[in-house]
Amino acid sequence: MRVNGADEPLDIQPQVSLLDALREHLGLTGTKKGCDQGACGACTVLADGERINSCLALAVQYEGREITTIEGIDHPLQGAFVRHDGFQCGYCTSGQICSAVGMLAEHKDGMPSAVTEHAPAGELSPAEIRERMSGNLCRCGAYNGIVEAIQEVAR
Amino acid sequence: MRTFSYVRAPDVETALRAVADEPNAKFLGGGTNLVDLMRENVERPDVVVDISRLPLTGVEELPGGGVRIGALVRNSALAAHPLIRTRYPVLSQAILCGASAQLRNMATVGGNLLQRTRCLYFYDGASACNKREPASGCAAIGGFTRNHGVLGVSEHCIATHPSDLCVALAALDAEVEVESTRGTRRIPLTGFHRLPGSTPHVESALEPDELVTAIELPAPITERSRYRKVRDRASYAFALVSVAAALETGGGTVTAARLALGGVAPKPWRAVEAERVLLGAPATEESFRAAADAELAAATAQDGNTFKIELARRTIVATLRDLTSDGSAT
Repeated sequence: MRVNGADEPLDIQPQVSLLDALREHLGLTGTKKGCDQGACGACTVLADGERINSCLALAVQYEGREITTIEGIDHPLQGAFVRHDGFQCGYCTSGQICSAVGMLAEHKDGMPSAVTEHAPAGELSPAEIRERMSGNLCRCGAYNGIVEAIQEVAR
Repeated sequence: MRTFSYVRAPDVETALRAVADEPNAKFLGGGTNLVDLMRENVERPDVVVDISRLPLTGVEELPGGGVRIGALVRNSALAAHPLIRTRYPVLSQAILCGASAQLRNMATVGGNLLQRTRCLYFYDGASACNKREPASGCAAIGGFTRNHGVLGVSEHCIATHPSDLCVALAALDAEVEVESTRGTRRIPLTGFHRLPGSTPHVESALEPDELVTAIELPAPITERSRYRKVRDRASYAFALVSVAAALETGGGTVTAARLALGGVAPKPWRAVEAERVLLGAPATEESFRAAADAELAAATAQDGNTFKIELARRTIVATLRDLTSDGSAT
């Protein structure tokens, strides 16, 4: 597999998820396992720059794709999350950061959202951020800080 | 997860041959539903045929104003496509109301058609479920039914079809192209999904060896179309009730109407009774209410989902009102 810019040879069964391949086989434990059923977003990574839930991906299906995990990200969002208290326990944070990186790229590419038609064109308002980040749950409820951090970087 | 053998198909022919003589095979597209169900031990394929690299990712304009959508187009790509956003806004809106951005980046259009109910009793291996284990009973009936159906359900199953995308496709007169080693055929979307009757485990008209290769939409009756979804939280939740509607008016009268409901039935529910009432009627709230009443006359509720009948009625009226409220209904 291609992970964070390096070739990682893997000899695994087809039922191993991308999430387990990263955590258990490559030791990249920054990506978290929350629900393991695509409901919480803690496992979010980037595949060729697009955010996906690694728990619902079979690793074998992503052979040859460029996977980026939190260990491979160096982005202004990370500092902004610290400044704006965008986390408490931190368990959802790597997923939040990977998701936000993907989201900012989608927004730049003109991807609409369910609230876009009610929003001024081009602006990443708090309502837009909340909608576009709804696939990432934070059970500590640090949402206000998360939204502020993303909005600061988006400006 | 049970072990299985994995085949990556480089082309459609290889994919079709891989399942032709293998009764317990599954095609794997985006994986967002199948992988989850395999982990839950609800889906137990012996062979998984990975079709995600097949060249079925085009969105092409058809002569006559329709559009052909490859079965492996990702939900996010379809929602963002300029042709879909301008001609079929209801479809773009429906997709963007479903799941999360991560899931929409993975999930395919073909897979969306074949996703399975999120009925908790279907997922829970300890509960009776005629869909999961034929003739084992239905634990949902008499159980927690807030998310269950009120139209088209049977005494054997009251689960709902979970898709938003399919509700828009039902309203848009979509056709599904399917292929097997025996040939290619087309199925209208409204005939693609089956009502449960006494065989809730039979969910579609698709044969086990058939692959969905494309969806075709005819030219829209109007570009004035809309999807409205009501759910327990503002985002990332399945519909309690949803409405896909397209409405054309002239001289204050409805000249064409397409209406479909989600969250209320075992399949994307084309509201033919409501359409019948709307056609030729004045484009007024009174007509919209009469149309909703006609559609919901056959509704049957459980203890926990009675509210859906009134919610569906109001959501139909509100959606049709949205489509006429900018003064264009003349």
